[in-house]
Amino acid sequence: MLRFTLRRLALMVPLLAGLSLLLFVWVRALPGDPARALLGQRATDESIARVTEAYGFDQPVLQQYGTYMGSLLRGDFLSSIRDGRPVLEGFLERFPATIELALAALLFAVVLGIPLGYLAARYQGRWLDSVVVSGSLLGVTIPVFFLAILLKLVFANWLGIFPTVGRLDPRIDATDVTGFAVLDGLLTREFDAAWDAIMHLVLPGIALGTIPLAIIVRITRASVAEVMHEDYVRTAESKGLARSVISRRHVLRNAMLPVATTIGLQTGLLFSGAVLTETVFGFNGIGSYLFSAISQRDYPVLQGYIIFIAIIYSLINLAVDLLYGVIDPRVRVS
Amino acid sequence: MALLDMRWNVGNRINRVRAGAIAGLAVGALVLAGCAESNRDGGGGGEGGGEAQASGGQFVFAGSAEPVTLDPFFASDGESFRVARQMFEGLVGTVPGTADPAPLLAKEWEVSEDGLTYTFSLEEGVTFHDGTEFNAEAVCANFDRWYNMPESAQTEDLTYYYGALFRGFATGDNAADAIYDSCSADDPATATITLKSPFAGFISAMSLPAFSMQSPTALEEYQDDAAENPRNSEYSTARPTGTGPFVLGAWNRGENVTLERNEDYWGEAAKIDEAIVVAIDDPSARATALTNGEIDGYDLVGPADLAPLEEAGMTIENRPAFNVLYLGMNQKQPPLDDPQVREAIAHAINLDEVISASLPEGTEKAIEFIPEVVNGYTEDVPTYEYDPELAQQLLEEAGAAGATIEFNYPTGVSRPYMPDPEATYNILRTQLEAVGLEITPTADQWDPDYLEKIQGTPDHGIHLLGWTGDYNDTDNFLGVFFGTEQNEWGFDNPELFTALREARELPTVEEQTPAYEEINRQVMEFLPGVPLAHPVPSLAFAPGVEGYEPSPVQDEVWNSITVPSD
Amino acid sequence: MSIPMMPAGPGGPGDPGGPGDPATTMLEPTATEHGTSLWRGAVQRLRRNPAAIIGALIVLAFVVVAIIAPLLAPYQPGTGEWAGQVTPGKVPGPSDEHVLGLDSFGSDMLTQLLYGARQSLVYGVVSTAVGLVVGASLGLLAGGFGAVGGRFGKAVDTLVMRLVDIMLSVPSLLLAVSIAAVLGKNAYAIIIAIGVAQVPIFARLLRGSMLAQGRSDYVLAASALGIRKRRIVMSHVLPNSLGPTIVQATLNLATAIIEVAALSYLGLGEGNPAVAEWGRMLVAAQDRFAVDPRLAIYPGVAIAITALGFTLFGEALREALDPRSRR
Repeated sequence: MLRFTLRRLALMVPLLAGLSLLLFVWVRALPGDPARALLGQRATDESIARVTEAYGFDQPVLQQYGTYMGSLLRGDFLSSIRDGRPVLEGFLERFPATIELALAALLFAVVLGIPLGYLAARYQGRWLDSVVVSGSLLGVTIPVFFLAILLKLVFANWLGIFPTVGRLDPRIDATDVTGFAVLDGLLTREFDAAWDAIMHLVLPGIALGTIPLAIIVRITRASVAEVMHEDYVRTAESKGLARSVISRRHVLRNAMLPVATTIGLQTGLLFSGAVLTETVFGFNGIGSYLFSAISQRDYPVLQGYIIFIAIIYSLINLAVDLLYGVIDPRVRVS
Repeated sequence: MALLDMRWNVGNRINRVRAGAIAGLAVGALVLAGCAESNRDGGGGGEGGGEAQASGGQFVFAGSAEPVTLDPFFASDGESFRVARQMFEGLVGTVPGTADPAPLLAKEWEVSEDGLTYTFSLEEGVTFHDGTEFNAEAVCANFDRWYNMPESAQTEDLTYYYGALFRGFATGDNAADAIYDSCSADDPATATITLKSPFAGFISAMSLPAFSMQSPTALEEYQDDAAENPRNSEYSTARPTGTGPFVLGAWNRGENVTLERNEDYWGEAAKIDEAIVVAIDDPSARATALTNGEIDGYDLVGPADLAPLEEAGMTIENRPAFNVLYLGMNQKQPPLDDPQVREAIAHAINLDEVISASLPEGTEKAIEFIPEVVNGYTEDVPTYEYDPELAQQLLEEAGAAGATIEFNYPTGVSRPYMPDPEATYNILRTQLEAVGLEITPTADQWDPDYLEKIQGTPDHGIHLLGWTGDYNDTDNFLGVFFGTEQNEWGFDNPELFTALREARELPTVEEQTPAYEEINRQVMEFLPGVPLAHPVPSLAFAPGVEGYEPSPVQDEVWNSITVPSD
Repeated sequence: MSIPMMPAGPGGPGDPGGPGDPATTMLEPTATEHGTSLWRGAVQRLRRNPAAIIGALIVLAFVVVAIIAPLLAPYQPGTGEWAGQVTPGKVPGPSDEHVLGLDSFGSDMLTQLLYGARQSLVYGVVSTAVGLVVGASLGLLAGGFGAVGGRFGKAVDTLVMRLVDIMLSVPSLLLAVSIAAVLGKNAYAIIIAIGVAQVPIFARLLRGSMLAQGRSDYVLAASALGIRKRRIVMSHVLPNSLGPTIVQATLNLATAIIEVAALSYLGLGEGNPAVAEWGRMLVAAQDRFAVDPRLAIYPGVAIAITALGFTLFGEALREALDPRSRR
């Protein structure tokens, strides 16, 4: 187990090295000039030359790569061109928002997905099953941002129940301790702030959580159905054990294995969806910021953020693999 | 005031109180809780509880982006200026609702005959937020700070306005061109600025937030102009210190900027307790947030949102247009080098339809490249009526009937002068196709691809672009467009370049008027592009928000605003 | 945003083809059921599955509409002919001349929707083809060498899979956005961006599936009989890996159609605003959503139904090819 973990962690080194090289090539292949992006409509040829020089974009590419790798090795992820702040600082500031959103989405998906999937499997072939299955199919085929604006239209424009933008009502004077708005509200006993933060998570959480929800429903259904046909379940049934006991002891526990893996995998994929969801709901997380960095040609932010995301993504995948081994000793990896 | 002092000491209460800062927490927590509580009362109920001051409530306003910095000297963007205008004041302001200069921190001023010496008589009894006295020495300290910027801060990125208007610093490449000479504090209430060469727009320029008066003591203590990025200094993020009606509460990066009422303001104190500025980049998301009660007002209303907002009972305020939207024609790309073709294009365009199809209601047609309120505007210019037959005829005469023309337009952008470029492009395209032209559309992301292509390369045909004036100066329009040979237009017209340079260097605005009128005629004769319209920028407010005074140059200070007290 | 149906989706646990990889556990055709009997059986099972029939009908309708759009559409697409009737506050709704009204840029909505099917089909098929060809080549390279073993085979396998890992370490939409940002706003950029984002999915799938085949009894038997390695790969391993690949391609078509819209939403789609493309139409209608939801709902629903069709069909195909997953 430990060796496996270490090996996987060691494998991340060449992966990140390769990624950073590709990233470097990529950002420089982006058409458009960061200096012009910075200066906008007022730019003149001289002003662009000056800014280009100031940021060292006029140096030979190899030299730039050397400088870049040198600072990466020192753990320095450079500073954003746009606001001049260290990339890592900005990332850490926005990351809690994205985690919070991803957790809200996962919570929505898991809390709703597992029972629905279970019920669908129990009543396989009946109307409940059909509704759940077709609903979950629809869930994955609606474009995320279309769903997001639909939710906004219905729940905010028409019904006016949920807020549509940001993480917290600006009128609420909340104390920031950890960067996680809900947690902060609870820690500081500013319960109205915590409640408001939760309300702000509802619509984006649903929008982002719909695809994972659909997938969890389907995996749970398939997996429960499979387990229910296993010999040990039949044995238990023939022994006359109560249905609820069978469900709890045998079916659910065994069926949760693929479901747990799926949840882990979806966590990683949520980063993709977050780009769109954060944009629609004006959520100041890493997704929307990363996207705006592309249009602003903010090279250091692009390189830094994608490396951070890749690290997190790889770590999640590793955790999923390890978890898999823990849950099911049969597939423990050598 | 007591509240404010505590906040000053504790550091910004909402500001990142990271886990490390456990130290003062024992006492701090009580203070924090107290602060949060009382503020919340002020916002929601308006009953005010035990507070001494009558509660004026909170005003939440949405702009399109976060400010870049809170030290306005290092800013050139509207969002930084919006916040700066609440906290800072310059020597010169504007007459409400116009772009004309008006007294502010300077009660009055005198200009010498040769246009080189400006004597300002200052308001007395004004103090900065930190208690420092505002006087002639403070004025000179600001002018000297600007002039003596270290070379690292002399980039257009950091100090665009000073570099562009004062043409150089004490050191650096352009030191020889610098027009600032010196400042002397004759007595506490009189400051004299001496220039090396005349600058007719000097007084107007002084109304720009970049040239706000800042507290010399606070600058001394918390600002470091020589830092790698002075926008991130303590001064620029947490301690901007001016004389305005609001003081900084906190800048919560990524969330909002809070501004508290300055109880000791020398002028008319603000009626609201607190103003909160948030950033929402999508115009329709701003509209939803307003109707949903999440914000009290916002800037840059999208044309599609106007009617539904009014229907929902929101108030729309229009700014007098201080901008121009035009269709540029690149003479490097034939057949656009042919004056007859350019004339034909002008005749092919039905401005009324362009406005009704893609621009907000109340938008005026443009007949030249400056809006009416700018000095040198004249109706006596060559005009080009909508006449598709004439357009076709002109094209035939020029041998360009059915010619293929590349049409560049930006996507992903909404500017006050160009609220919906895709719609504007689309309607223009149908009109140009109607006179037999073949249009090849080329779309680019606004920033930086589009600007790069239009301003940085000759590879474009006709294109949409425009400009919002920074302050009332004709050169800020015509000089920017046609002052030098530029990729955007692709022509070399030394006669026009010289005329613009000479007009700029005239010592007074009065002398400039006829010169610019003549230049406007010259430009419209030459027809480098078709001026289309002066779109009306709008703001929207929740019902009951009163006292917002729109300004063509966005010189909007929020001390007269009131919000309903529920 | 990435591929909906998890079992075959990207980002599987680190050891592809291993016991932990659901792709192979779920998709691997059983050794007993291969060759023609597999396919014949599959078709039979498909015919019995209502979901498959609905999916197939949607796909068929979509393809037919895409092909004969010029015959069905009342007008020319993307002309903006009636742009003068559109104002910032109002887009004319249904009328006698325009059954579904106009779109945001003054073209006929029905025409735009019909031609939009064509655009989506082209984007979907071509980008998936790009992803399939490149991804399958990589997977084949890795899987083929990996399956036949040897030191050299292992090295090739490792090299290719490391590249795939790098691509997988970046979420697929981000990958597509990154590529589209470099290539600019045109049809090729969109196709390549979405295609490349699919490469790692196919590469992993094919490699995993081939490796599993490589360990299966019939391959072991074949090598024991002394059949040449290349021949084993080409005539046994590859054909048996095809099923899962086809299933994945069908499912990816759905994702591709959704991702085109996502790129449009992020401002990286087709340049011309008046173009008949669903994603672009949806985005253009966004500003008017509160006033005129119709403008967004038509293209949005069109995307969802089409994606649903491909997903239903792909899912049914998967079940048909792998009866174990049914039950």
